Amino acid sequence: MSNIDLRTVSIKPLRQTFDHIARRFGDKPASRYQEGTYDLQATHNFHYRPTWDPDREIFDPSRTKLVMKDWYALKDPRQYYYGTYTMARARQQDTAESNFDFVETRGLAEVLPEDVKQTALDVLLPLRHVAWGGNTNNAFICAYGYGTAITQPCIYQSMDQLGIAQYLTRIGLLLADPEALQTAKQAWLDDPMWQPLRRYVEDTFVLQDWFELFVAQNLVLDGYLFPLVYDTIVDDDLSSRGGTAIAMLTQFMSEWFGETAKWSDAQIKVAAAESPENKALLAQWINHWRARALEAVAPIAKRALGDRADGALDDLVQQFATRVGKTGVTL
Amino acid sequence: MDMQVAKKKLGLKERYALMTRDLGWDTTYQPMNKVFPQAEYEGIKIHDWSKWEDPFRLTMDAYWKYQAEKEKKLYAIIDAYAQNNGHLNVTDARYINAIKLFLNGISPLEYMAHRGFAGVGRQFPGVGTRVACLMQSLDEIRHSQTQIHAMSNYNKYYNGFHDYTTMIQRVWYLSVPRSFFDDAITAGPFEFMIAIGFSFEYVLTNLLFVPFVSGAAYNGDMGTMTFGFSAQSDEARHMTLGLECIKFMLEQDPANVPIVQRWIDKWAWRGYRVLTLVGMMMDYMLPKRVMSWKEAWEIYFEENGGALFNDLARYGIRPPKFLDQIAFDKDHISHQAWGTFYNYAAACNFHSWTPTDDEMDWLSAKYPNSFDKYYRPRLEHWREEAKKGNRFYNKTLPMLCQTCQIPMIFTEPGDPTKICYRESDYKGTKYHFCSDGCKDIFDHEPEKYIQSWLPVHQIYQGNCFNPGVDPTAPGFDALGAVLDYYNMAVGRDNLDFEGSEDQKNFEAWRGMATKNI
Repeated sequence: MSNIDLRTVSIKPLRQTFDHIARRFGDKPASRYQEGTYDLQATHNFHYRPTWDPDREIFDPSRTKLVMKDWYALKDPRQYYYGTYTMARARQQDTAESNFDFVETRGLAEVLPEDVKQTALDVLLPLRHVAWGGNTNNAFICAYGYGTAITQPCIYQSMDQLGIAQYLTRIGLLLADPEALQTAKQAWLDDPMWQPLRRYVEDTFVLQDWFELFVAQNLVLDGYLFPLVYDTIVDDDLSSRGGTAIAMLTQFMSEWFGETAKWSDAQIKVAAAESPENKALLAQWINHWRARALEAVAPIAKRALGDRADGALDDLVQQFATRVGKTGVTL
Repeated sequence: MDMQVAKKKLGLKERYALMTRDLGWDTTYQPMNKVFPQAEYEGIKIHDWSKWEDPFRLTMDAYWKYQAEKEKKLYAIIDAYAQNNGHLNVTDARYINAIKLFLNGISPLEYMAHRGFAGVGRQFPGVGTRVACLMQSLDEIRHSQTQIHAMSNYNKYYNGFHDYTTMIQRVWYLSVPRSFFDDAITAGPFEFMIAIGFSFEYVLTNLLFVPFVSGAAYNGDMGTMTFGFSAQSDEARHMTLGLECIKFMLEQDPANVPIVQRWIDKWAWRGYRVLTLVGMMMDYMLPKRVMSWKEAWEIYFEENGGALFNDLARYGIRPPKFLDQIAFDKDHISHQAWGTFYNYAAACNFHSWTPTDDEMDWLSAKYPNSFDKYYRPRLEHWREEAKKGNRFYNKTLPMLCQTCQIPMIFTEPGDPTKICYRESDYKGTKYHFCSDGCKDIFDHEPEKYIQSWLPVHQIYQGNCFNPGVDPTAPGFDALGAVLDYYNMAVGRDNLDFEGSEDQKNFEAWRGMATKNI
């Protein structure tokens, strides 16, 4: 077969992209991420002060103590805009759907060892509420943060956390019933095991500095919780005790954390590299919140891992410190 | 034991409740009023958030799946349209000015809607409400991006699109749509929902999207048409959210009714004023017309809106104020607006022109009460002058309305020959308005509207020149300096369509596409 040269009329464009993109990258073909992200947020000549924050402009860099010369340095290494974001999540959703289907149609929930199943219910179901907290906090950052580069992924992160809360709800319904969800909610509200974590989440709800909130939620809390729950407890411990089915149901969460942690790290790295002041501020925030995160997740480790909990928590602390070390922040 | 106990099947509503509102809880380590600090200051009383009826039941897994399918199709069409130089299939190059207006004036508002809905999605204490609002926030960034991506290709070949993120913050007429959204987002969460969720997305949305999307379809613009159609199922969700929101507020406490009524009055008028730009686009900028502004107003507001307000009457809500005046003005505003843009074509990032004879006849037929009597003679005069080489460009700066920020171009209720002026004194300063509607809004919230960043005032105060420009230098060209600040490419973005680079290029390129030259 010969090659057919399909021809279209060739006309010379006047310009390759919008001026605000060309000012940053030169007048050359721009990506959809670039055109869908850079400089979309207004920066000047605002008309009115917010009635809910009259000392500041609608979008105002002073809503965090962190200082950046160019807030668009905080770009998303995944280059997500809405289209690529939804397509990526739809693919993961497809896998999750097959996994749920596989577990359900083969009756794998019914053959789980009772203690494995109970541990899964006790540990996973209250996390619905933690995920809802993650949704709340990322909505805050999206609304009051500065620059589309970082606020855009936060609406994705917010809705991902809602999705996670919904997968956890489905796990409860698949392994047990609506009453199990209510038992877990009661535990979330009253059981001493959950109170340090609930206090952590509620304290983040009243943080006013959105970048501190980013640190407390996306870097520290997720950074402690996801490796502990989904790697150590589910993938390692429960799987080794006949709970592989659980690991199938939480595959979305493990993969999601692997992906989003790269994004969070990139934000911290860029913000830290900006100035010694930023670096010190980040260290202060991380130190404060990681101490609290450890305290918050320790009872979960004890419940699931018993006397192996201390070792697991030591690993977790080490792992997190290594991760932060790579961002250039010295703790 | 082998026997499996059949699980009780959950109803859709129950299941959705577990997936959403059951996720929330009343905080105790931090007081609820600190977690939701914006919930009460507007005076809206909500006694029971659990009474909220979910306007749609979409979980995230289904959302990702549907939306990803839509995106795949949409971007395939956008790519094909760009690759095939689809822009050369539009009726004529004048059409492209309609979508310049869209990208410069509307797409930035989609972005603001994204941020605004993220805010209310954070602030409402009710989980069901928040989930619906956050989903809309996510949809709105979709709309801003799909519009930018669809129009990105036009920007490569035509002028006026090239710096829309700067222009929305600086150019005189763009302060009209921008201040509209700044107004909504600086209000509290409940007012935001009446302003955007209800008034704009429910009552007025058809007056915005139907003209643009049908206009695109009528004029061969497949790219724009496709993002419009693709947004429709999102818009349907947004409309149900807006309606549920107002009903919920009205049902929760009778004391909410007068507050909501005032917001309806305000936002119907604010929205109506912004839609002047759309009316002008429909009547003057689409080479192939869809319907007149007047017809659109009659169908989408008077008929559909009328039914809606009949439905809301049981809560004690009446239709918005000043509808009599709007009914009279529907014969006039699009003509008055186009006359203004024709005047100020030197300071504008899209082209204007006088209609052809056919188009004038269409306008006569659509506006039998007004066009021939008031507007045709003026257009014919301008056309004659232009033929003689005296294309009229107004070089003075107009007085602006303190509220809607449109130049004072509208006429007295009942008298289309007399410009309408209203004023209010506040703390020793006089403020000017284009109408009773705008004065009414100001008088209720003067502290807000005295802040307006009025482009003309700002020019006179010297705030619209680039850094380093010296307005005291001999021979200082103020208009030129302002256009520099706007980043307007003089002679390319602005002036009459006749003789423009767009016109010449389109003709040449279409020739290459359709003839053997």
